[in-house]
Amino acid sequence: MSIDPKNATFQGYKRENGRVGVRNHVVILPVDDLSNAACEAVAHNVKGTLALPHPYGRLQFGADLDLHFRTLIGTGANPNVAAVVVICIEPGWAKKVADGIAKTGKPVSYFGIEQHGDHDTILRASKAAKEYVQWASEQTREQRPLKDLWVSTKCGESDTTSGIGANPCVGNAFDKLYPHGVTLVFGETTELTGGEHLVAARCRTSKVREDFMRVFDRYQDVVNRHKTNDLSESQPTKGNIEGGLTTIEEKALGNIQKIGKKCMIDGVLDKAETPTGPGLWFMDSSSAAAEMVTLCAASGYVVHLFPTGQGNVIGNPILPVIKLCANPRTVRTMSEHIDVDVTGITRKEMNMDQAGDKLLEMMFRTANGRLTAAEALGHREFVLTRLYESA
Amino acid sequence: MIHFVVHDEGDSVGVVVVEGVKASQELTGWIMDQDREIQVRAQSDIPIGHKLAIRALAANDTVIKYGVDIGRAVAPIKLGEHAHVHNIKTKRW
Repeated sequence: MSIDPKNATFQGYKRENGRVGVRNHVVILPVDDLSNAACEAVAHNVKGTLALPHPYGRLQFGADLDLHFRTLIGTGANPNVAAVVVICIEPGWAKKVADGIAKTGKPVSYFGIEQHGDHDTILRASKAAKEYVQWASEQTREQRPLKDLWVSTKCGESDTTSGIGANPCVGNAFDKLYPHGVTLVFGETTELTGGEHLVAARCRTSKVREDFMRVFDRYQDVVNRHKTNDLSESQPTKGNIEGGLTTIEEKALGNIQKIGKKCMIDGVLDKAETPTGPGLWFMDSSSAAAEMVTLCAASGYVVHLFPTGQGNVIGNPILPVIKLCANPRTVRTMSEHIDVDVTGITRKEMNMDQAGDKLLEMMFRTANGRLTAAEALGHREFVLTRLYESA
Repeated sequence: MIHFVVHDEGDSVGVVVVEGVKASQELTGWIMDQDREIQVRAQSDIPIGHKLAIRALAANDTVIKYGVDIGRAVAPIKLGEHAHVHNIKTKRW
């Protein structure tokens, strides 16, 4: 079938702030590592809720702390989330996160553990969560225009087939979505090394180009300051090298295929920053899969296109991650992880236009409620980006 | 049958896209941008996803893929030879 993006619609959950989600999670959100156990206990008590344990939130400061709050608030605010219960060791920061999420208008409650203990906190939070999950279960999907869908991309465990097939397939899909007012994002700042001039050339204005080069150069400084070798086996990863990728330049040129041939970069986002309009955004971000996808979710993206070569198995708790692959060995040995098989490209059995349509068809099915392979397999990697050491 | 894929006719390397390529095997390559085919005899066993040189390279030659610089040869690479981390290095970092 051929996709007609102009008239395409999907079935989504319209939230209080007008944003549209494709999932309907009730999230139990710890502000810090100490609150993970209580959150997991609440999620155990109340079926259909989802705890998001993570290792951070203590003694962070400055820009690192700002990013921590922005990521947690953005995750709770994401339209794939219907309602949120926030738990923190003390109530002050619990309230801060809850207040940030409450700006969307969605139901949110917060609890502090100190002066209550885990038992009483779990009891009170479970009561709130039970009300939320029953309320959320009565929310219904409605038909929405394509432009309401926010689509992110990031590749992982890439190999040379990523640059030949899976990444340009995403690029073809992005080229088809871009003219119809869809909000798109890509990132992976260091993984543009060797192709940064090609990305700069795609920036819509000189201001965007300057913003892009500033964050690109900053990240290069981080690498140069901390490196002890040429980053072989880190970037490219050991898995990339096993898959045939030799240098960062080669990996970057494959990576860049994801932004297609036509769409222009309309703006640069900080990590977990929410875009202010439609178009293609570049987010300054880690190239590590779970970190980047977690940041996309915190920025408000509701469906993710994830090309892989060697078979990265990542998912995300709230953002459905659609895997596509052009490596026949990976599709043969790891088929349970792959949503869209585009191996036909290298056999000339499928052209890029057909591959892009196949991916878009799966994107709409996923948006309408089909579980991705990563969702079905329970991949819920929620990984917060840290900028530096704690105080 | 296509054994390897080349992005652009100006490239130094192609990517093996089938399993089990052996030394001395005659390989058919598809140059995607120009949509034409070439023949190269493999000089090494080459795993799927790994590259072979489609032209001879001397040490310190720039390696081209996607029509762009992807690094430098650190040893001579023969036409049809496996081209990877043992004979190509980044120019960055």
